[in-house]
Amino acid sequence: MDLHTVAEVVSPAGAGQWRPGDAWLAGGTALFAEPRPGVTRLLDLAAAGWTPITVRDDGLEIAATCTVAELAAYARAPHLTAFHGLATACCHAFLASFKIWNVATVGGNLCAALPAGPMIALTAALGGECLILGPGGERRVPVTRFVTGDGTTALSPGELLRSVTLPTAAATGRTAYRRGSLFTHGRSAVLLAGRLAPGGLVLTVTAATVRPYQLTFDGVPGAAALQAALADAVPDDAWADDVHGSPAWRRHLTFRYAEEIRRELTA
Amino acid sequence: MSDCTEPRPPAPGNGPDGEGQEGMPRRHSPMTVSINGADHDRPPRPGQCLRTYLREEGCTGVKKGCDTGDCGACTVHVDGVPVHSCVYPAFRARGRRVTTIEGLAPPDGLHPVQQRFLDAQGFQCGFCTAGLIMTTAALDEARLADLPRALKGNLCRCTGYRAIGDAIRGVRTVDDADGGPAVGASVGAPAGAQVVTGAAQYTFDVDVPGLLHLKVLRSPYAHARIAGIDTAPALAVPGVRAVLTHEDAPGRHFSTARHEHPTEDPADTRVLDDVVRFAGQRVAAVVADTEAAAEEGCRRLRVAYEVLPPVLGPEAAMRPGAPLVHGDKDPVANRIARPDRNLAGELHAELGSVADGFAEADVVYEETFRTPRVQHASLETHGAIGWLDNEGRLTLRSSTQTPFLTRLALADLYDLPPERVRVLTGRVGGGFGGKQEMLTEDLVALAVRTTGRPVKHEYTRAEQFTSATTRHAFTVRMKAGARRDGSLTALQLHVVTDTGAYGNHGPAVMYHGCHESIAVYRCPNKKVDAYAVYTTTVPAGAFRGYGLGQVSFAVESVLDELARRLGMDPVLFRERNVVRPGEPLTAPGEHADDLLIGSYGLDQCLAAIRSAAASTGTQAPPGWLVGDGMAMAMIAAGPPGGHVADAAVTLLPDGRYELAVGTAEFGNGSTTVHAQIVADTLGTTPDRIVIRQSDTDLVGHDTGAFGSTGVVVAGHAVLLAARALRTRILESAGGSTLSAGAVHLPDGTSLPLTRVGPVQAEGRWAGTPRSVAFNAHWFRIAVDPDTGELRILRSVHSADAGRVMNPLQCRGQIEGGVAQALGSALTERMVVDEAGRVTTTGFRQYHLPAYADVPETEIVLADTEDSIGPLGAKSMSESPYNPVAPALANALRDATGVRFTELPFTRDRVWARLQDRAGPSA
Repeated sequence: MDLHTVAEVVSPAGAGQWRPGDAWLAGGTALFAEPRPGVTRLLDLAAAGWTPITVRDDGLEIAATCTVAELAAYARAPHLTAFHGLATACCHAFLASFKIWNVATVGGNLCAALPAGPMIALTAALGGECLILGPGGERRVPVTRFVTGDGTTALSPGELLRSVTLPTAAATGRTAYRRGSLFTHGRSAVLLAGRLAPGGLVLTVTAATVRPYQLTFDGVPGAAALQAALADAVPDDAWADDVHGSPAWRRHLTFRYAEEIRRELTA
Repeated sequence: MSDCTEPRPPAPGNGPDGEGQEGMPRRHSPMTVSINGADHDRPPRPGQCLRTYLREEGCTGVKKGCDTGDCGACTVHVDGVPVHSCVYPAFRARGRRVTTIEGLAPPDGLHPVQQRFLDAQGFQCGFCTAGLIMTTAALDEARLADLPRALKGNLCRCTGYRAIGDAIRGVRTVDDADGGPAVGASVGAPAGAQVVTGAAQYTFDVDVPGLLHLKVLRSPYAHARIAGIDTAPALAVPGVRAVLTHEDAPGRHFSTARHEHPTEDPADTRVLDDVVRFAGQRVAAVVADTEAAAEEGCRRLRVAYEVLPPVLGPEAAMRPGAPLVHGDKDPVANRIARPDRNLAGELHAELGSVADGFAEADVVYEETFRTPRVQHASLETHGAIGWLDNEGRLTLRSSTQTPFLTRLALADLYDLPPERVRVLTGRVGGGFGGKQEMLTEDLVALAVRTTGRPVKHEYTRAEQFTSATTRHAFTVRMKAGARRDGSLTALQLHVVTDTGAYGNHGPAVMYHGCHESIAVYRCPNKKVDAYAVYTTTVPAGAFRGYGLGQVSFAVESVLDELARRLGMDPVLFRERNVVRPGEPLTAPGEHADDLLIGSYGLDQCLAAIRSAAASTGTQAPPGWLVGDGMAMAMIAAGPPGGHVADAAVTLLPDGRYELAVGTAEFGNGSTTVHAQIVADTLGTTPDRIVIRQSDTDLVGHDTGAFGSTGVVVAGHAVLLAARALRTRILESAGGSTLSAGAVHLPDGTSLPLTRVGPVQAEGRWAGTPRSVAFNAHWFRIAVDPDTGELRILRSVHSADAGRVMNPLQCRGQIEGGVAQALGSALTERMVVDEAGRVTTTGFRQYHLPAYADVPETEIVLADTEDSIGPLGAKSMSESPYNPVAPALANALRDATGVRFTELPFTRDRVWARLQDRAGPSA
């Protein structure tokens, strides 16, 4: 929709330019989908020309402005088995269609910080680390701590998300994935990703909870241990309570899917 | 192909080679936007989205359905890639090639996808069609193979998607013009070519010079008195032309509901009131040169509210001492049943004695059922553009189902003679009852009269949820008894409807809901106690089915339960109890007495269900519970109390005919049928009929496109007009028969029609007597008890529409009704929070059925011919909706053993109920 209060676009924009009333603009699919009466200037990051995905020795760096379509089509890092195991499924987890993928970005999905954000699930499950640029320099925060609640992030005013790096070690291994929604291709109410690496099982819970929760096990736990760990890790008030599913149902599916993932990865 | 503007030569160096050819690189200035091959150098505004930029540049085929990236009606291609233009920053399109629906096809032709949408009639109102075509044109093989996923981003409210799937797959379902009778053939919609090319003009697809924009400040409180409004800061905003508050509005009370007789509804609404009774109600309107200035003006208004106690549910509102929503009004003058008890209307009546009936019963069952608020979600939002014409006449172009009634309401409101008001529509982008309401025209008229300028007011999608109307939420307690032989002994209904802050359609929906739902059953003892209750929430209004669906959910669930308790097949149980031809249709209360069984196909409908239920072979995953369920419904073919249509048919000088008819076309397809009727009556073909419609200047009167009247009332008037014209032509020419283009004389010679005209004849039908139509639905479903997922394995719908005028369209109406009903049965629920605010304000929170959510439904049409309807036809538009939810509930009961009593059956709710069944030990 038109953002009538916007009087100026800075394109391309970069760290240090932010002032009150500014909004960072990546694809725009989230920013333009709601009235933003407080926004007077757009700082366009999409025009900055950041390389969408870069393979480094230590991992895969995904620019915040990498579109979902670019991520879904990426096939140049076959050694990152866990990445490829989860990326397509997480793209399909978007309520939004492939047309939105052409514009929406990985960083935008992280910054929107909705429980159902599938790029949060993907990058959290693969040990993603966010590179944050601010007026005073840069800092790094794990994805699991970047999203702090339903719609909230670790970003301070003026800071921007530059990229997410998936460490090579965390982007490899076998993966399993489960998703629950009230509707067949509806918004995710429960999204779990499991990764089995030499170190053990890593289970990431998103969508069912207001922020991502990650459980790390040495080796593979038994069914009872997994359920106990889940019950321990996710506080009662952390189950999302909105029109996308009741908290009790989401909790139930989370426990069910966790066990399915455990079995699939140990089969 | 069109570039949406006046033809202009391509800029040097750009050549025509790239025009409309996607995927081909094409150079042009980085400061211009190439739209369909032509450079547009007007820069977009900084915060503008591509959708509005394209529309301002003339590409009005790009539609606003949601403005949030969810519905896909605005889909265009940017550098060959499909995007939702409503969430695409317009400035980013500079230096890029944009293709819209107007530029998809080569010059003077159709793109293959456009042709397919015509061949399968893959549209009804057509508002979503351009976006669907642009999306389909961009699907690769993999996506074509997975349409449920590929079409996540395209919502259609009308069709139920079967016709869209056929179009995408290239299935041709429309009949070829073979010169045979048009009535009974699957003729395509006359506006089809305009719809698929984006040329069809909907409400806002017109360029009005000097247009002002109106935005509304809406109440944040569910109930408040407006102590004062400081308009000065708003008036100080550059571009703001006027601010309208309750001090500027007429003092007169009216109802937003539109009925032939305005006295059917309480007069409880003002254009702008000094008391707001729901969060989302108008507080003030700002009229400005731009939407931006109007919005800024709204933000600058300083309103002093005196907050009043809200009352958010009908049970609370009926309690003694509850805050009164319209306590300041008079029962007689304002036509409110009991303003001192928050009752807009009530009905207490009994036929026979239910006490005696229950005493005679061998089995009695009683349960309470709840249906939530549902939004119509027509893809085109409410809105109107108003202006004063050259003669100073107030003119409104509105997205309405009732142009003539809205004209009368405006004339009454502003003390104008009706001839000083003109109301017309463009093509209307869906209605479903939501536009049987005056929700924008009154305010636009006030703004036009205040400013003397043309004014536009277009709802946002969020306003559709917070500030339009909804389906009435019903709570129905029903008790019924039957003998061992299956005969019903008593039916008792206790109905409470939530009419919200205003009583528009409240009493009428309550009455109608309690009529055909039980009149279809022969039972000597029937009792109804019904209450339409005011609450301080968004008003309810007319919605497809008009109360019948809500009550039928209870009636058909209870009858299913009785059949189970008697060990009787539910179809047999219905057959034992349904009315038969020639029998009276009775329900407690004073109901219009002009309702007759003009034809009877209910036996055929039930036989089709029995046959479906006897089928086997459907598979469910291991561990899932499988069950069958059916329900049926009857509906009056037209509303009670009169429904008038005037039509005129004119032989034009060129030998074609012009049909003028008042009723509106919003995807209901009545226009197609009207053309078929005229064509057959006058011995010509539908392509030789020029149709003008939905304009108060065209004919004397038309009550409107509601109450399932497009064919049986307007069509009747059309038939009478065409017959009269035929007689007139034959008489004036001394002819014996007519064919396309000529009058044939008894001596074997013929006279070209071009030498006969112009000659005109008129027809009028007053909508009485009325017949009834029948529907039945059957599902076989599977349920996963551990996730609550409900899967429809087979869906069969049988319908008695009398003589079927257009089989493809009739099927489309049924499929669309079933899909909309599946939405209210499975996915849709408006949520009102504890402060009375609607929180489901977009399609992400309020899930409309998408392609993936709607299974194919097999349709069986009864073979009947009605004695009342035109050429034997009956209605088939609202009614398919009504039996779907109870059929699903009955299938759930069969599968799980649990009686589900509250819609919708979402997975979390189904799971929770099945947990309860299993008990804490499970």
